[in-house]
Amino acid sequence: MQQFSLLLTSLPDGILLGFVYGLAAMGLTLIWGVMNVINLSHGPIIALGMFGTFFLFMRAGVNPYVGLIPIAVVGVLLGVLIYVIAVHRVINAPHLSSLLATFSVNMIIIGLGTAALTTSPYNVDFSAGSFKIGPVTLLGTRLIAALVTMLFTGGLYLFLYRTRPGKFIRAVANNRAAAELMGVPSTRILALSFGLGTMLAMVSGALIATFFPFSILAGGSYELKSFVIGVLGGLGNPIGALFGGLILGVIEGIIPAFLETSWVPVIEFALFVLILLVRPSGLFGAKK
Amino acid sequence: MKRSVFSIFTVLVLAGLILSACGSSATPTQEPAAPVAPAPTDAPAEQPAQPTEPPAPVEKTVIIGFTSSLTGAQEVSSKRQVAGFNLWMNQVNEAGGIQLSDGTVVKFEAHTYDDESNKERVQELYTRLITEDDADFLISPYSSGLTAAASIIAEQNGKVMITAGAAEDDAYKTGNTSLFQLYTPGSLYLISTVDMLKTLDPEAKVAVVHENDKFSTAVVEGLKPYLESQGFEIVLEEGYASETTDFGPVINKIVASGATVLLGGGHYPDGSTFARQLYERKVGLKFISLLVAPADSKFPELGDAALGVATSSQWELAATHTPEEAAALGKEWFGPTGEEFAAAYEAVTGDKPTYHVAGGYAAGLVLQKAIQDADSIDPEKVKAALEAMDIFTFYGGIKFDTSPEAHGLQIGHAMVVAQWQKNEAGELVRKVIWPADVANADPLYPIPAP
Repeated sequence: MQQFSLLLTSLPDGILLGFVYGLAAMGLTLIWGVMNVINLSHGPIIALGMFGTFFLFMRAGVNPYVGLIPIAVVGVLLGVLIYVIAVHRVINAPHLSSLLATFSVNMIIIGLGTAALTTSPYNVDFSAGSFKIGPVTLLGTRLIAALVTMLFTGGLYLFLYRTRPGKFIRAVANNRAAAELMGVPSTRILALSFGLGTMLAMVSGALIATFFPFSILAGGSYELKSFVIGVLGGLGNPIGALFGGLILGVIEGIIPAFLETSWVPVIEFALFVLILLVRPSGLFGAKK
Repeated sequence: MKRSVFSIFTVLVLAGLILSACGSSATPTQEPAAPVAPAPTDAPAEQPAQPTEPPAPVEKTVIIGFTSSLTGAQEVSSKRQVAGFNLWMNQVNEAGGIQLSDGTVVKFEAHTYDDESNKERVQELYTRLITEDDADFLISPYSSGLTAAASIIAEQNGKVMITAGAAEDDAYKTGNTSLFQLYTPGSLYLISTVDMLKTLDPEAKVAVVHENDKFSTAVVEGLKPYLESQGFEIVLEEGYASETTDFGPVINKIVASGATVLLGGGHYPDGSTFARQLYERKVGLKFISLLVAPADSKFPELGDAALGVATSSQWELAATHTPEEAAALGKEWFGPTGEEFAAAYEAVTGDKPTYHVAGGYAAGLVLQKAIQDADSIDPEKVKAALEAMDIFTFYGGIKFDTSPEAHGLQIGHAMVVAQWQKNEAGELVRKVIWPADVANADPLYPIPAP
């Protein structure tokens, strides 16, 4: 009975958190889907989003949700910059080259971040209240984060399926050579895709900062979760990533009701290996 | 094909990320930026009597080696410990060093590296401090986990190590003879808190929720039998991983258990996160005591979430130990008063000292006293002086267990309980609430509902 009650109280938390995990993973899987690059700078970029909220809210007094707009714009620009400087030249090289290139970006951001911001935890002292529904407490920040994630997911879907650049992105993801033959400017589209992936990572970090303390190293754990979600939801399938995030969130909500919370990462990564073995295309299908 | 490449890369990447998560930088820092201490008004060095015909003074520089966590999970507390140690070292050096009876003037130089809060780095760096830097004496890194790693190297090389910032008991119960602990051992950490609870609410239902690391586990191992012996019911015991950020599931368990009091926590990052989420979820506990985090001056950055959160503290300025206390106990007093120490630290950093700062300073003070008592810098003589030590400083009593079963364990030091309360101006201030004879405020019990 106590387990059931725990389940009831923990599940909503897990689901709400899962939305934000999904948003972070969407950025990673979008980049993989379009250009077959595993972006190892994903974690520190999430952390940069967190610091974006910190500086905008704590130093400039900008509401964290209004602050998402400049953070998203900076995310796109930063992504394009990283693509042009570090990724473009190795885009056709073996995977190891792009892996090392993005890992270098990861180390540069962490190094600069550590020098400028230290690795001390930062905290955004922001509350959007909480709501009690029976035994369940829902935190306002998590509810809003879930709504924002849905908005971004919907926006991404519309962008990819209803706009010309979106169609170009899908065309490049499907067959870059053919897309180029059709006159699609693939370099610009790849840069835009990297920018969008970076934007999603930064926005997810900005939302996470409203409920968890963070440091420049904090993005690492969300990067790991993004890998698990990427595999769960289907590689290169951004919408599948959202569902993968929800599944991960639910798992994080359910496990502590039955086991110590320290079992959560063990089970998450066991699931990761299991999915890779038995259904490598993910639960929702990989990019065709 | 692409998918299998992704799979292989992903597994490799995960392994790499786990490794890199342990520490991002590979370059050790050289000499630390030691705070420039003001001219001490009252130097802590007690100079021995000058011989009638003093030999020509010979200056000897003693190298003290230690690592500090400039990055990683232990950064906040480690930096404070190092700041305290540097303050002591600068004061002693500026006061002319320690003069021995043979005319030798002993001055100190610190050799230190960034251990990145990483055990493997600690072992590598302590080996380097001993073999390449020729450190004469060692100070431990901050945290029990890192100290356990460093203590193996110190013991293997027979180097005296003052273990500041490391409360876990086990390292002293494995036959080590070179370690000397400054902190009250972890197993006794929350004893004062339980004693206080016994007077406030003997019917309290206690949840024990702690970080799964050496220190916090040692604290809980000592806490549980004491709680039971005092008649308290432990309604929940739960460990959590050090990197936990979402305490929602744990908090739901606390609520479901019907606990009225929470004892536990771990270190700064997890403790501050835990406190914030307890507040956001309006859990309504009557009392919360967390390890380490609430003792830091950064803790009030949590705002109202900090109100009422208590901690066991190794030292508080409001309850600092005094020469009068030492005299009443028949103990020898050594070093500056708590007020002098706090003023010197504040002059250097502009910040008020926490117990981690005091621990770092006291580590130097204890080494200074041992060298003075030994009248030598010979490690064996200094070790003998440490074993014979039974003194009082502003930080409290210092006496080490000399039995083979627990050599070096601290047995002279007592802790206080501090709690974040609001003053008349509505500002959060840390008050000492236990023991009653040194308290400067009554316990806030129950904590006001959020």
